[in-house]
Amino acid sequence: MKPRMLKLSLLAALMLSASACSSIKPWVKPYERDRLADPIMSWDRDAISGAYLDHIYESREGSRGATGTAGGGCGCN
Amino acid sequence: MRCVRLCGLLILALTGAAHSAVLPDDRADVFYSTYKGGGMDITGKSILVRKKFAESFSVQANYFIDTVSGASIDVLSNASVIKDERKQKSVSLDYIRGKTSYNVSYANSKETDYISDTMHLALSQDMFGDLTTVTLGYTRGWDKVSQRSGTAITPKGQADRRSYDAGLSQVITKNLLGSLTVEVITDEGFLNNPYRFTRYVDPTDGRGWNQQPEVYPGTRTSTAVTARARYYLKYRAAASVSYRYFTDTWGIRGNTFELGYTHPISNRWIFEGRVRLYKQGPANFYSDLFPRRDAQNFIGRDKDLAGSKNTTIGAKVTYAFLPEGWKFFKRGTVTLDLSRIQFKYDDFRNIKDYGIADGFAPGAEPLYKFNANVLQIYASMFF
Repeated sequence: MKPRMLKLSLLAALMLSASACSSIKPWVKPYERDRLADPIMSWDRDAISGAYLDHIYESREGSRGATGTAGGGCGCN
Repeated sequence: MRCVRLCGLLILALTGAAHSAVLPDDRADVFYSTYKGGGMDITGKSILVRKKFAESFSVQANYFIDTVSGASIDVLSNASVIKDERKQKSVSLDYIRGKTSYNVSYANSKETDYISDTMHLALSQDMFGDLTTVTLGYTRGWDKVSQRSGTAITPKGQADRRSYDAGLSQVITKNLLGSLTVEVITDEGFLNNPYRFTRYVDPTDGRGWNQQPEVYPGTRTSTAVTARARYYLKYRAAASVSYRYFTDTWGIRGNTFELGYTHPISNRWIFEGRVRLYKQGPANFYSDLFPRRDAQNFIGRDKDLAGSKNTTIGAKVTYAFLPEGWKFFKRGTVTLDLSRIQFKYDDFRNIKDYGIADGFAPGAEPLYKFNANVLQIYASMFF
């Protein structure tokens, strides 16, 4: 997908989302979110560690991106 | 020489580009890691400090240094062993206004033969009663690539990098979170690794093959899409699953599948386990053995471009101390993380250890494989 196409798609999605704002009501109430707020539900509790592991993979694989986290040391000599 | 696109990814991670409109906790981290495998020995050390100020802002600084000794088989095949050090500095600023958060970050990475500067901008918006968070990000990077030979450093070229990412994080039920991330990355410039060589059939050479430098295209654009879900189990534990599809203009297709399980015991211990499976097809200009010199316009034999698969099994334990706090610290944690990764290559042969003298004709050497062990130990103090 080209960057321009991606931007247009995102813009369209945002506009659709905004127009639907008034008709959608939150189906999970704030007082029902205690479990989701538990630290064990965090996508990535430790930034350095997550970045380090993702970077290990990225420097040894052809794939890259969309990890949410990545980076750190490389050493792919 | 290290792989490309270090800083942008790190600051993406460290700024938490996908978080909702709440500033992250103030914290200080000390991190130590080792990687051993495939002829390489890497030690990493890092410190990180994050602090809120003026109610709506949070600033973060990170310093990472890693030391490499040894070299991967691609380089060892050319008898050059590397010892190098990389130092990376990054700063990040978050600002929250209503349900919107903004982030700007900068990172610089330096090593003997590679200098990288990266800027990152991100915008995150909560909507639909805070059930949905949309994130948009843009990263721009400038890399200077050189080649080291003894003490001589020869500039090889520059690479410009742009990355566009978009994420959607969704509360699906009171026990289930989902997210979808898309990232498009486009590179232009010198994208080769100057230390890698291709090999081609050469009957005049005693080995039956000879070498020439790789030639890569001057551009590369990739698209990756990741879907993730995380579920809160009845007995206070969490299970997660993720899948990523990757494709690029070099012909590489990759699939990544990961399962995770998190199990706390009291408020002191958190145990985690994960399994990760990865498989990729080769780049369309990759070959382990070309039929002749200059066989085609673009030629590559970097094992990262070969068809391959790898499997990771990881375990992690976190211990929380100072639950009542101490001085201005609210709490602290210490974590041990161990991973074992098994790499196997479909069409990358071990020419370092096997050859004609061992009875293996060119192109018939055993396929390369290796195991790597990754250790991480870190302490975090929250204040």
